Amino acid sequence: MGLGVKITSRIQKRYGPPFYQPYINVMKLFSKDAITHGFIFDFGTIMAFGGIIATLFFIPIGNWSLYSMNGTILLVVYLMAISSLGMAMATVGSGNPLSSIGISRALTLMLGYELPYIVILFGLIYKYRTSSIVGLVEAQGISWNLFVLPIAAIIAFTALLGMMGKKPFDAPVAPSEIGSGPVVEYGGKFMGMLMLQHAIAIVVEVGLFVNLFLGGADNIFFFVLKMFIVWAIAVMINAIAPRYRVEQGVLFYWKWPLIIAIVQVLFIIF
Amino acid sequence: MDGTYKRGSWEEVMDWFRKRSLWMLHYCTGCGAIELPPTMTSRYDMGRFGISPMATPRQADLLLVTGYLSTKTLRRLIYTYEQMQDPKFVIGFGSCAINGGMYWDSYNTIKQLDKYLPVDLYIAGCMPRPEAILDGFLELRDRIESGKADGYKKYKKNFEYYQKNQEAVLGEVQRTQ
Repeated sequence: MGLGVKITSRIQKRYGPPFYQPYINVMKLFSKDAITHGFIFDFGTIMAFGGIIATLFFIPIGNWSLYSMNGTILLVVYLMAISSLGMAMATVGSGNPLSSIGISRALTLMLGYELPYIVILFGLIYKYRTSSIVGLVEAQGISWNLFVLPIAAIIAFTALLGMMGKKPFDAPVAPSEIGSGPVVEYGGKFMGMLMLQHAIAIVVEVGLFVNLFLGGADNIFFFVLKMFIVWAIAVMINAIAPRYRVEQGVLFYWKWPLIIAIVQVLFIIF
Repeated sequence: MDGTYKRGSWEEVMDWFRKRSLWMLHYCTGCGAIELPPTMTSRYDMGRFGISPMATPRQADLLLVTGYLSTKTLRRLIYTYEQMQDPKFVIGFGSCAINGGMYWDSYNTIKQLDKYLPVDLYIAGCMPRPEAILDGFLELRDRIESGKADGYKKYKKNFEYYQKNQEAVLGEVQRTQ
């Protein structure tokens, strides 16, 4: 993540903070006092953090994979939603109108990007006749999905931008309009937990993309390298793009990526 | 309270982190706000010291009072300050926050910010240039590391004094937490 900030700074002709700045930020936040807004707030934050850690267990990283049974890919999609719902609960607990606006935008945008992504996932599952992530990685072998199904890869990358809240689709977290959206009321330790949650979420989402479209990797080094390349491209788009309004974002996702995704899946099936 | 207590080594480690990651909330009351965008962006780039702007008081460590404060704004400023989480620092910008500056005889501005909130550092000037602002931030980093920037502790310790001054100007101040 720190390297991402560095890339953004370089694009804006700045020197930028050191690459270990996120670690310093998190340590500082955990050393601060924090104020809670009641039980639901605490529980929602823990749920968001726990949900994303649970998701991480199902992503095969390099040659480490805990679970290889059928259906893990559907499980991951469900578990990623738990994290968002935890954020939504915490937002309700804090009772700040700006964060309510932010989380409603986030969930609306989720409707937008999940739909083309799910269509692509079902296409992949149909093509390789397996719904476990490890199985999909093995089925690709040397011919990556990026080259076999390039259109599907591009659509999944577009959905990935929305998942990570990168720039064309960062309406949920808009510091200049709604005071950084869902995280308005988070301070101190809660904010630190949320930053960790965000960092793990990026690992999960980019890792899923690498597994599905770049053929995974044999060892952890190549996996991290592939993840970093995908992440760097996303950051570069983030640094130069303006922001969609939320309904424009959803409309965009439901118009072109969805249509193209359905056409791609029809090609796979017939 | 100088020298009367000794900081533990844990506090020193944490101050090392606090010093390197200052998130600021700029409360743009006066003309000082116009000097901040050049300080943040490409020309002077305060981001390399780990200083970055934050949108809400809950997340921020550093409150910038940029310029004069009218009596009405003081109330909002106090609410904002009290919403911030605990290791928190205040910087007063320009001569207006020190002694009123060019508004020294105005009937509705606050002359000395120090009476109402514990200010850790003043940056003199009318207005301070971005170089002066960066110099002030570096000075604040040194103070945090040596433990001298303890305005939030002073605020708790001398709360009656600050409350008396605040209520003399504003009437009743509603405490949010």
